[in-house]
Amino acid sequence: MSDRKTLQIKQISAHPGPIPGLGVQRDLEVCKLVDTTTCIGCKACEVACVEWNDMPFAETTFDNTYQTMPETRWNFWNLIKFNEHQREDGTIQWLMRKDQCMHCADPGCLRACPADGAIVQYANGIVDFNQENCIGCEFCVSGCPYNIPKFNKETKKVYKCTLCSDRVGQGLEPACIKACPTGCLKFGSKEDMKMIAESRAAQLREHFGYENAGVYDPQSIGGTHVIYVLHDATQPELYGGLPKNPQIPWSYTVWKWLFKPVLGAFSMLGLVGVLLHYVTVGPRRPQPEPPKKED
Amino acid sequence: MPTAVERFDDKARAAFDRIGRNEVYQGELQRHRVYTRFLHWMVAVFFFLSLFSGFGIYLPWLFRWFTPLFGGGPLSRALHPWFGVLFVFFFALQALNWLKPMSWTKADSAWMRRLRSTISGEEKLDPPDTGFFNAGQKVQFWEIVIGCVVYLITGIILWAGARTFGPIAVAFSYILHDISAIIMLGGIFIHMYLSTIGEPGTFQAMTRGAVSEAWAWTFHPAWYKEVTGRDPRRAYEEARQRMEAGRSK
Repeated sequence: MSDRKTLQIKQISAHPGPIPGLGVQRDLEVCKLVDTTTCIGCKACEVACVEWNDMPFAETTFDNTYQTMPETRWNFWNLIKFNEHQREDGTIQWLMRKDQCMHCADPGCLRACPADGAIVQYANGIVDFNQENCIGCEFCVSGCPYNIPKFNKETKKVYKCTLCSDRVGQGLEPACIKACPTGCLKFGSKEDMKMIAESRAAQLREHFGYENAGVYDPQSIGGTHVIYVLHDATQPELYGGLPKNPQIPWSYTVWKWLFKPVLGAFSMLGLVGVLLHYVTVGPRRPQPEPPKKED
Repeated sequence: MPTAVERFDDKARAAFDRIGRNEVYQGELQRHRVYTRFLHWMVAVFFFLSLFSGFGIYLPWLFRWFTPLFGGGPLSRALHPWFGVLFVFFFALQALNWLKPMSWTKADSAWMRRLRSTISGEEKLDPPDTGFFNAGQKVQFWEIVIGCVVYLITGIILWAGARTFGPIAVAFSYILHDISAIIMLGGIFIHMYLSTIGEPGTFQAMTRGAVSEAWAWTFHPAWYKEVTGRDPRRAYEEARQRMEAGRSK
C-alpha cells in the first residue's frame, strides 16, 4: 500500500552501492500462529482476551475437564480446548488447542450475512463484525464451519473474536499473543507464520518422532489467518473438533449468489406474463358481452 | 351432525354478519360473506407485510430498498416472523373455512386439461361442471396450504437459529423458505390479475361480497345452478337473445 511506503527510503545522499531495503514490501496479510505442541494450557490468552475487550468475566462451566466452558460465548472469544487422546500404544496425549475465530480467507459468515455492512473482511485478512449493522438473523452462525459467531439475546447481535483489529490497526499484536508465556502464540505476516509453522512441523517430524506433524491451514476455505501446528495433522478432529475439510453450506454459496437472484427474477415473469396476457389475449368478461360499437 | 370445524365456522360467519354488511343488488348473487372477506384481507395484509419485510433479507441487493420500510434491518428481522405467523394464522382459518369447496373433483382434472384454451381466450364460458371454485383456484389454494406448512416449519427453524437447531437444519430451511416464497410471489401476480382486470367483475366478490349473475354463469356455472336452480347455459342464451333483441330495435 502506498501510504505504508511513504517513509521507505528511496534515495540516500552520497551512498555508494544499492540502497538498503529498496522495493521491500511487507506481506499485507497478517496471521496468528498457534503451536499446539508448546501450549501448556495456562489460559493467559483467555484472560488477556477478556481484559482487552473489556468483557465482564463470564461464569465458567465445569465439565470434568480443564476447559473453562464447553464452547466460546458472545463475551468469551478465546477458549483453550482440552482433549485427552489415547494413542494406539495406550499412552495418553493431552491435547490443547486455542479455539477462536479462524479469520478464513473465504469466510462463511460473510457469505451468509444478509445485512449490508455487518461483516467486513480487511485486506490484511481479519474478518470483523460491525454490530451496528447486524440485524441479529444468525445466518452467520450456520455459515461458519467452526461454530464461532455467538448471539447475545439481550442486544440481539452476534459477536466473535476480532483478531484485535483495533490493536493490529495500531501496529500492535493481538492481546492473546502478548500474554502467551511459552511463545506458542506468534503473530506476523501470513508468509512468515507459514514458514515458521512449517519449520516447526519439520522439526517435530524429524526430531521428536511425530511422523504426522503438520500445519493446519485448510485450503477448502482458501486458508485461514489463524494457523495451527499439530502433532498429528491427519487428525485435526482430535483437537476439540477441528474440521479436516471445513465447508461453507451450499445454501450460502451457490443458492444465495446464483439461484436467489435468478429465481427471484423468474418469479417476476408472473407479472410480465399477466401483463402480456392483458395486452394480447385481453380480459375474459362475463358473457354475453355488450355488443361493440359499430363503425 | 356438523363437525366442530363447521360449527366454529358457522358461529364465526354469523358473528361477522352482525358486524359487517353484505350488499347484494338485484341481478346479483351473494358469493363471499363478511367472515370470508375479513379473513381474505387479513391474509392479504400479512402476506404483503411478510413479503416486503422478507425481501430485504432475501437478497443483498434489495436490503437498502426494503428494510427502511420497517424501520431498518434489525426491526425487519424482528417483525418478519410475527407477520409470517399472523399470515399463517389467518390463512389457517381461511383454509378451515374453505376446506370443503376446495376439494378436488373429476371436473377439476377436466378443467385443467382445457387450461390452454382458457388462457388463449377461446373458451368464453367455463365448462358447465365448474363449481364454486375452479381448478386453478384450487391449485393456488393447496399450493398456499403446503407453502404455509413449509413456511411454518422452516420459519421456526430460522427464527430460533443454528444455536437451537444446528447449522444443517438452518441451511436447508433457508432454501425451502425461499422456494416457497418464490412460488407464492409468482402466484400472487396471477391471483391479482385474474381478480381485477383479467376477469372484470370479480373484485367486488371480495369487497361487497356479491357478483353479477352473468359473472356466475360465465365463470362458475355449476355454482350458478346450485344457488339459482336455473340452467346456466340457458340463462346465458336468454341473456344473449335479450341483448340481440335490444340491439335490433
